[in-house]
Amino acid sequence: MTHQMPDQVHDVIIVGSGPAGYTAAVYTARANLSPIVLAGSVTAGGELMNTTDVENFPGFPEGVMGPDLMMNMEAQARRFGADIRNEDATALKLDAPIKEITLGSGGTLHARSVILATGSAYRELGVPGEKQLSGHGVSWCATCDGFFFRDQVIAVVGGGDSAMEEALFLTKFASKVYVIHRRDSLRASQIMADRAKANEKIEFIWDTEVIEVRGDGKVSELELRNLVDGTESTLDVSGLFVAIGHDPRVQLFADQVDLTSEGTVQVEGRTSRTSLPGVFAAGDVLDPHYRQAITAAGSGCVAALDVEEYLADTADTDAAEAHQTPKVDVAAG
Amino acid sequence: MAEIKAVTDATFEDDVLKADKTVLVDFWAEWCGPCRALGPELEKLADEHTAKIEVVKLNVDENPGTAAKYGITSIPAVFAFDGGEKVHASIGAKPKPALEQEFAQWL
Repeated sequence: MTHQMPDQVHDVIIVGSGPAGYTAAVYTARANLSPIVLAGSVTAGGELMNTTDVENFPGFPEGVMGPDLMMNMEAQARRFGADIRNEDATALKLDAPIKEITLGSGGTLHARSVILATGSAYRELGVPGEKQLSGHGVSWCATCDGFFFRDQVIAVVGGGDSAMEEALFLTKFASKVYVIHRRDSLRASQIMADRAKANEKIEFIWDTEVIEVRGDGKVSELELRNLVDGTESTLDVSGLFVAIGHDPRVQLFADQVDLTSEGTVQVEGRTSRTSLPGVFAAGDVLDPHYRQAITAAGSGCVAALDVEEYLADTADTDAAEAHQTPKVDVAAG
Repeated sequence: MAEIKAVTDATFEDDVLKADKTVLVDFWAEWCGPCRALGPELEKLADEHTAKIEVVKLNVDENPGTAAKYGITSIPAVFAFDGGEKVHASIGAKPKPALEQEFAQWL
């Protein structure tokens, strides 16, 4: 046989480094599985790295800053020996018993199991002007870009917790923040909705969608459409922050594991088992609904425990096969 | 790895606009998470392509003049300057291979 065995086969490689990836790393490291975490070259820590106060992660009565929470999770995983690398996985081969992962820096890694914890990517509006003016007034990161809109009038699109958090954060800089939402009520949690409604710099524009972003080199106005009566209007703003949700980041493996109709990774019941043996999923990539730091962390734990069980089972099977091998050889010879 | 040189409002003209090489300017700030993530990728890029380009960084908090002049409204932003002119803008934190692709004609 010419097939070359890889130099080293790891027990588990975790792709992604949000609460799901790091929790899976803590658990698999404590199970002596020496996990490798491909944390991403510029995305290490995941989405929470771009947030400020996290008030609903249990164990932090005063709240915790998103980046601090993630650095703590990383440190906790390292403490138990997780090998965390700021590297991107650029290709995955998941169907064989030994999985192969190609790295952005070149080189490949091999493992008996893989946990997909690639999270989700922010959704775009998909309207004219959005792409061209991205970085020139259109933004997806209030903590990065709010600073540049001091004393200006800006808009946030969306009605969930993320949109409320962005709008509230932006009131520190902007003179006025419009929140444009497709419905007449918010999806956001009550506490966030109440806070946004109580803020005098925030004004809601209900039942309305953005149909075009306009500006000459920089955002200057939005074209809006009222979804109830169909009327169109123009709103002068110099910035637009888009917070309309996220899509699971499945591009790397969409053609290998089964997906749900919502585009998330399909798993078996309450487990993390995907359609391929030895391939597990955790966090936002399998969750079209809850999408919380704590649910992602919980799902990372589930994946780690499933990996442990899988490796133990396959080790048993391998041992049994190895035990039978001599007999086969004798028979063949 | 070489530390990336910091430029300021005061030194921007000499260090960037009058430079012989193509200069990539990283517009960044302390409070910007993705900016911190981009830093090491730019250091690697700078180290590998030192013959063709220079990479510098400008803190937008401390140097609002230059940031405003170039209309920065989103960071991290990496602008390429050649012969005193802005020739390309890259917005957001990107891995080194993506940056190399985007700035290929100057590398």
